[in-house]
Amino acid sequence: MNFFTEFGKYLLFLKGMFSKPEKLGVYVDRTITEMNNIGIGSLAIVVIIAIFQGAVTTLQIAYQLISPLIAKPVIGSVVSDSSMLELAPTITCLVLAGKVGSHIASEIGSMKMSEQIDALEVMGINSSGYLALPKIIAGLIMIPMLVIISIFLSNVGGILAGEASGILTSEEFIQGARESFIPFNLVFSLIKAFTYAFIITTVSCFMGYTAEGGALEVGASSTKAVVYSAVAILFSDYLLAQILL
Amino acid sequence: MIELRDVRKSFDGVEILHGISTKFEAGKINLVIGSSGHGKSVMMKCMVGLLKPTSGNVFYDGRDFTNLEYGELRDVRKEIGMLFQGTALFDSLTVEENVEFTLKMFTKMTPAERRDRVNYCLEQVDMVGINDKFPVEISGGMQKRVGIARAIALNIKYLFCDEPNSGLDPVTSRLIDELLQRITEQFEITTIINTHDMKTVFDIGDDVIFIYKGNNEWTGPVKDIVHADNETLKKFIKASQFD
Repeated sequence: MNFFTEFGKYLLFLKGMFSKPEKLGVYVDRTITEMNNIGIGSLAIVVIIAIFQGAVTTLQIAYQLISPLIAKPVIGSVVSDSSMLELAPTITCLVLAGKVGSHIASEIGSMKMSEQIDALEVMGINSSGYLALPKIIAGLIMIPMLVIISIFLSNVGGILAGEASGILTSEEFIQGARESFIPFNLVFSLIKAFTYAFIITTVSCFMGYTAEGGALEVGASSTKAVVYSAVAILFSDYLLAQILL
Repeated sequence: MIELRDVRKSFDGVEILHGISTKFEAGKINLVIGSSGHGKSVMMKCMVGLLKPTSGNVFYDGRDFTNLEYGELRDVRKEIGMLFQGTALFDSLTVEENVEFTLKMFTKMTPAERRDRVNYCLEQVDMVGINDKFPVEISGGMQKRVGIARAIALNIKYLFCDEPNSGLDPVTSRLIDELLQRITEQFEITTIINTHDMKTVFDIGDDVIFIYKGNNEWTGPVKDIVHADNETLKKFIKASQFD
């Protein structure tokens, strides 16, 4: 019952964001700032995770598929497909749920505690629209871009690990990746990225916005934002795979 | 003028405000006094629209604030300035950006015009030369002054102050009181101050409303407060060591 009450509040929060902006230019500026925070601010961690993810996957696939009957390019094919279909969007977004989600929830939660959100409301500004909407739009633009970068770098990581360990050459890896490439896989990956971006940003904004109490509650809202986002990402991961594949 | 008609507010079935009716005259400093937890802040939040009254109405110069459409509500809110207990300055913005905020959101002023207005407002609160500081870099008293500057940046008609002296030393408290008095007279605004500081009441108050257990226990001019025939009010004044 509590879940449905909270979910209803979440939907009302989303509805409440949409009103005529007081000044469009200010919202555009805020969106660009948030794009920088979410996108550029998360680039380093995404690059590191993607390269190691591709490298480790290559080594493990090679370990499992050692057989003279299986051609080496198959390793490239499996690594490339699994990166595109699952690892890049899901792992990247789970990490972003921790990094971006906790930051958003604690930022908005702190503003709530220090009456800054009340100040916005008294001024006649739609506080949820002003605070949350630019973050959500920025997330919807930047997180899919980070996922695309992650897919590319996972393959780079796979190639580097293959060459470094002598398991397969870069030509064999690329040959396998090319042969198994289906354009829909990329579309599927982007659908996942958009869905996860929406979940991360909206859940985190909601958790921050509904925080009540003091510093402890801000911490709790930040933790909840990460946990709920992660669970929702995994649930929607299953749902999207079931529906679209 | 702001008028409250039978304003009631309940939380989870518990009534906190029991039908408050009163008027706050324009151009005066109206003080809302009472002990902590008796409904002063709830009443103020109902007046500025942060809480919706369970029943009753709040009128701003005849406009029923509690039943306005979103656009009209926004227009009235542009006439309201509020100084929060904890100042509520935006900590990610500089002093200048804080004061400039409403000008940027609601006016078509050029950046140069906005800067002039910001400097004028900061002059009014004796806070010249701190434009580039962040709220965290200035003292509590200075933050209150910047909060007042932000509140008057638009040409407001109504100024609300929730415990403006809380957390300040006595000297700074008196400076803030004088500042509020000067701004009320200079801009001819309706000022409503929540306080339990009786020194503020006697120094700058015009009219007083005493809230006790969610009721409007006593209303009248400051000069009558000492001779008021109300035992609860007498006890409150005595407890504040100002009799």
